[in-house]
Amino acid sequence: MAISNATLAGLTRTELLEMHYKMALIRRFEEKSAEEYTRGRIGGFMHLYIGQEAVGVGSITALRPDDKVLCSYREHGHALAKGMDPGAVMAELFGKVTGCSKGKGGSMHMWSNELGLYGGNAIVAAQLPIAAGVAFAAKYQGQDTVIACYFGDGAVDEGAFHESLNLASVWKLPVVYVCENNQYSMGMAVGKAWAVDSLLPRAEAYNMPGDQVEGMDVIAVYESMKQAVERARDNEGPTLLEIKTYRFRGHSMTDPAYYRTREEEQQWRTTRDPIGIFEKKLLDNGLATQSEFNDNDARATQVSEDAAEFAENSPDPSLDELYTDVMADNSTALTSRYERK
Amino acid sequence: MRTITYRDALREAIREEMLRDERVFIMGEDIAGYGGTYAVTKGLYEEFGEKRVRDTPLAEEVITGVAIGAALGGLRPIMELMTINFSLLASDLLVNSAAKMRYMFGGQPAVPFVVRMPSGGGAQRAAQHSQLFETWYAHVPGLKVVMPATPYDVKGMLKSAVRDPDPVLFIEHELLYNVKGEMPDEEDEYTVPLDRGEVKRPGQDITIITFSRMLHLSLQAAEDLAKEGIEAEVIDLRSIRPIDIDLLVDSVKKTNRVVIAEEGWKYYGTGQGLAALIYENAFDYMDAPIQHVTGADVPMPYSKVLERAALPKKSDIVNAAKAIVPAALVRK
Repeated sequence: MAISNATLAGLTRTELLEMHYKMALIRRFEEKSAEEYTRGRIGGFMHLYIGQEAVGVGSITALRPDDKVLCSYREHGHALAKGMDPGAVMAELFGKVTGCSKGKGGSMHMWSNELGLYGGNAIVAAQLPIAAGVAFAAKYQGQDTVIACYFGDGAVDEGAFHESLNLASVWKLPVVYVCENNQYSMGMAVGKAWAVDSLLPRAEAYNMPGDQVEGMDVIAVYESMKQAVERARDNEGPTLLEIKTYRFRGHSMTDPAYYRTREEEQQWRTTRDPIGIFEKKLLDNGLATQSEFNDNDARATQVSEDAAEFAENSPDPSLDELYTDVMADNSTALTSRYERK
Repeated sequence: MRTITYRDALREAIREEMLRDERVFIMGEDIAGYGGTYAVTKGLYEEFGEKRVRDTPLAEEVITGVAIGAALGGLRPIMELMTINFSLLASDLLVNSAAKMRYMFGGQPAVPFVVRMPSGGGAQRAAQHSQLFETWYAHVPGLKVVMPATPYDVKGMLKSAVRDPDPVLFIEHELLYNVKGEMPDEEDEYTVPLDRGEVKRPGQDITIITFSRMLHLSLQAAEDLAKEGIEAEVIDLRSIRPIDIDLLVDSVKKTNRVVIAEEGWKYYGTGQGLAALIYENAFDYMDAPIQHVTGADVPMPYSKVLERAALPKKSDIVNAAKAIVPAALVRK
């Protein structure tokens, strides 16, 4: 099959295939995570990103490497899309010292200064006001970095959403607020929680542009994000994106999803799978072949396997780590001063 | 030497740190055009301009989020909350984010910022504007909580707080802004550490442990006690977290008797925490049970008469001390 030199949305074939690989990686990585959770290697809460891969990959592709990303607790996908080593992500899930947060954070708290991944937050909407602050710091120091802040439809119901969008707009901060509307805040259907049926009037209320995006189409996500990022970088202020998507699994590993029907889930999985939709688009445009998809998928599977092996073979944190990192100078932490005397 | 007010000492600290470090900025409700609810930031907007002296909407959660995020982004924010009573609206980000980030992200992020906020009762501001809450925040690992009481200490500790690599809750007292104290000349720079208390009056018969506005009442009480032959040592904690436990234990070893004097509520608070630490670390040196002077266990009433009755007085401290100093010990 002839491979065209044409591009899609200004992205080269190499870039498009990289996006495909990252989506496949997130899918296989999350499947592996679920398996390891079931085996008891991973504890606590774990929220999978399966079904939402186009959102993280499409939008992060529109960022520069030095742009910053803040997330909710459903952030394995963003970490991988931002370039984090899958071994470091999996080791964090395993609670190992080789994890991206030294095993002290787990699934919901991943960080990298180098990659500009500024954390998963397990308090719904906490990242929105913090993202405004990171954006303020960039603007204050005359940097042209952009801050991307991800949150679910449930975060829209929190007061922090409103305080943050208002301030970001008044102060014209270089931040893109990306709502991943996966239709349910845990089990609450968005239609029962929102007084309006889209985020567009909310964007208007805070005097910023808004866009509603088909979140199963990675190219649509990329194009919308690209515009928002350019606005932010050109000092034109924040944008609110509502990216409509669907999580194929429950809210977390322990959620049997009684609040929705199996038919509804099956419908999304079979007709709206973001990886399938992307593959069809690439094939239709003559930009890739099925064997390239197969290669990407095989590589993603292998990398996920390797990540799990790395995590399994990594050491636990030493018990000394219990009292480190409380403060910069741990001698000022009460525990180390008095409890351990 | 010169004499200035607590309010002016705070302003000097902020101004000097802003002149020293371009990364320092201040923000809060009505701190710029209005000059601050308690006039602490008066004149700073005129001197430093809008970029570094920023009025915010009445939105405590996003003010706190901006401070955290700006700190992550390399700045040194000083945020003002109009009163500590409003800090409960900010408390999620203080407790769940600021206090946790360094630890739960494996030591990678630093969150250096200062939260300035007035606290306390005594001005007939009623139940929702007269609280302290230092004990709520001091409970949380990952935060520093300080409550200096004198102009010298507020200036030196605020400068240390701005330079500190971790989040510092800097709790002022509404009734102290006009209190005057001796200071070094402006060109003589100094700082005061964030983790050390200080003996403000030496004595050998009893130790009075206190902080914030109650320091001043405790010093007056000590004068009264001296007239009756009891020499009280008055320790100003200055920092609620961390606690300078060594200073307290050393004093208790000498005096064998303790009064804890605080303005806030009694139960599960700072004083009870201190008492437990003293019993754990110096029980064998104690000759009498610790006496605890606190505010009344009620929401603060508005009525002048009732408010006065709710707040601890100098005489409460004097009586508490006399209750545990045996007559034989009193020098006639």
